[in-house]
Amino acid sequence: MSTATTPTAYNYKVVRQFAVMTVVWGIVGMAMGVFIASQLVWPELNFGLPWTTFGRLRPLHTNAVIFAFGGCALFATSYYVVQRTSQARLVSDGLAAFTFWGWQAVIVLAAITLPMGLTSTKEYAELEWPIDILIAVVWVSYALVFFGTIMKRKMKHIYVGNWFFGGFILTVAVLHIVNSMAVPVSLTKSYSMYSGATDAMIQWWYGHNAVGFFLTAGFLGMMYYFVPKQAERPIYSYRLSIVHFWALISIYIWAGPHHLHYTALPDWAQSLGMVMSLILLAPSWGGMINGMMTLSGAWHKLRTDPILRFLVVALAFYGMSTFEGPMMAIKTVNALSHYTDWTIGHVHAGALGWVAMISIGSLYHLIPKVFGREAMYSTALINTHFWLATIGTVLYIVSMWVNGITQGLMWRAVNVDGTPTYSFVEALEASHYGFVVRMIGGAFFLIGMLLMAYNVWRTVRHSKAANLEAAAQTA
Amino acid sequence: MTNFWSGYIVILTLTCLGLILWLLLATRKTQRPGPTNETMGHSFDGIEEYDNPLPRWWFVLFILTMVFSAVYLFLFPGLGKWPGYLNWTQESQYEAEVARAEERFAPIFAKYTAMPVEDVAKVPEAVAIGQRLFATNCSVCHGSDARGAFGFPNLTDNDWLYGGDPETIKTTLRGGRQAAMPAWLAVIGEDGVRNVSGYVRSLSGLETEGVDLAAGKTTYTNTCAVCHGGDGKGNQQLGAPNLTDDIWLYGSSFLQVQQTIRYGRNGHMPSQAHLGEDKIHMLASYVYSLSHKDAQ
Repeated sequence: MSTATTPTAYNYKVVRQFAVMTVVWGIVGMAMGVFIASQLVWPELNFGLPWTTFGRLRPLHTNAVIFAFGGCALFATSYYVVQRTSQARLVSDGLAAFTFWGWQAVIVLAAITLPMGLTSTKEYAELEWPIDILIAVVWVSYALVFFGTIMKRKMKHIYVGNWFFGGFILTVAVLHIVNSMAVPVSLTKSYSMYSGATDAMIQWWYGHNAVGFFLTAGFLGMMYYFVPKQAERPIYSYRLSIVHFWALISIYIWAGPHHLHYTALPDWAQSLGMVMSLILLAPSWGGMINGMMTLSGAWHKLRTDPILRFLVVALAFYGMSTFEGPMMAIKTVNALSHYTDWTIGHVHAGALGWVAMISIGSLYHLIPKVFGREAMYSTALINTHFWLATIGTVLYIVSMWVNGITQGLMWRAVNVDGTPTYSFVEALEASHYGFVVRMIGGAFFLIGMLLMAYNVWRTVRHSKAANLEAAAQTA
Repeated sequence: MTNFWSGYIVILTLTCLGLILWLLLATRKTQRPGPTNETMGHSFDGIEEYDNPLPRWWFVLFILTMVFSAVYLFLFPGLGKWPGYLNWTQESQYEAEVARAEERFAPIFAKYTAMPVEDVAKVPEAVAIGQRLFATNCSVCHGSDARGAFGFPNLTDNDWLYGGDPETIKTTLRGGRQAAMPAWLAVIGEDGVRNVSGYVRSLSGLETEGVDLAAGKTTYTNTCAVCHGGDGKGNQQLGAPNLTDDIWLYGSSFLQVQQTIRYGRNGHMPSQAHLGEDKIHMLASYVYSLSHKDAQ
């Protein structure tokens, strides 16, 4: 019986492709992270080669985990969720396939050009202009597939998860195109269209909303489907989702200037960035509350279901880092935390604790479903993965808190005569133990991903064409 | 900032926050009084949504951040051209912090500024302060031990380019120094460079094979002596080094000396006037102490 091509069947092929590549790029990106963390412990690991220096591999790590791992997770889950909650097949299989192959091409080009030292030097937007154009084309195709599918939906309303996915897709398109505007001088070199403080402001308007929309709104979309689905409970409050959605997307976009406190950015812009970051606390927590409270009546499931544990701990880390963020945006706190490891710890509380954990939990739910299997091969391995990831994240963020506050205090310590008590190198020496702990935490997280890869392989390897077809039938 | 852009910022900010506040209050107005098991009536892939009210503590938190922000934007610059009730700027904060530091630290320095450099150099606490100032401001070129590096003079050996008495050290710190050893290749030719280099090395007792010392001496007398002196002992008025003491700022090897004579040297000591007279006095005392260890 061949039903895979019937109009009522979902397109799970592209979901499977993105899901598998999420695991692959997760391992690559996190391995790169552990490697550069090791370079900070043992600088000899630079090997004295230009393409293995920290400066070139660090953007490769950030691009790989944010856009390759996180991006593939968002593509996989948004394509899955939009189809299931709209009860409609993706509007175009061809365009969906193009987004998969186009996105993989972007990642491979990044992996080649960044170690070669080809960079536009804009943080989280280092790729040079030809790759930027490819990203824009893929992203517009993504928007067409996603919103086209929404328009085909069978029900009157649009599900809340899809608001978040939609907001993320639209805003990232605007952010990417505006921030990447550049004057090319050759195929591999371009200069930003903006200069000075304007360039810095555009950069952090982009940079902070890469966090706000790519890493928050997108993953909240994921949360809004997989948490109620895995807990088998209704969403706690529809009203809360309306208010926090609109508040989140309209306030996040203002928060960028908190990356530029006490710089050449005008005072008024710094102040606005700070107050908007503070107001952002409640809208951010709206998502956490809605996720957490969805579990009321289902808390006992945490005892037996490690997938639900991943999702809930992700929400806890989300709540923690969205409290920490507004606090760090306050000027007096920022004066201590800025330029220290505290910032790196904060980012990883969000990146490991929230983004990676919610993605991992969602994938453990999604992978058996799109491959036509009963469940993941081993629940015990998921449980082990959960503990590795949780302990790894805690080691990472605690070591960076300690390092960050140590550095901040050492930099501002003065002698009785007003001269600095410590040289920069002394603060670096004091950070060494923190660097070691951070590397160990990262390694824990990476080992968890390797277990996941094994578990996924064991789950999907016997999946036959008939399983895949049956899985894709609409309910 | 023009009135247009000021108005643009104010209207955009207040509209955004106003709409959020309106949404918050409007949603709350129509909500149920307490927790409910009623759903909204839609189901997406089996997911339903409860019609629960906004959590009260969350609502209060939201309002509190809004109130804080309103107060902040009244007190501080943020709404376009409004300078804020406190008239705060980051420049004024910086200046206030510098002024507070001045007030706190100036008396410590003033005590020593009233003393002659020679005496300050004998007070261990003062030398310690000078050493920390040196580590912050001077060590990048002269090294943390003040023993200098290639092209950067050793300050511990009592050999002075411009003079080592307290006033001269302070003059050097205040105004900086710009050395000007000209390039001689075009004037004395390659043979001249070789012979003079050999001769200059011989002044410090170094032997060089294959050079005509007599010719070197003649060239030296005609071209070099005007600054470095007929006896090669240099001239501190000009910053021309003593060539007879076997101390070499740019190296003593035959090749290095030739390089110096052939192409010249332009050592540059930047002015430290921005540190202020008190700290210059302290630094001068520290530098003075380095070559007067026995005096301590």
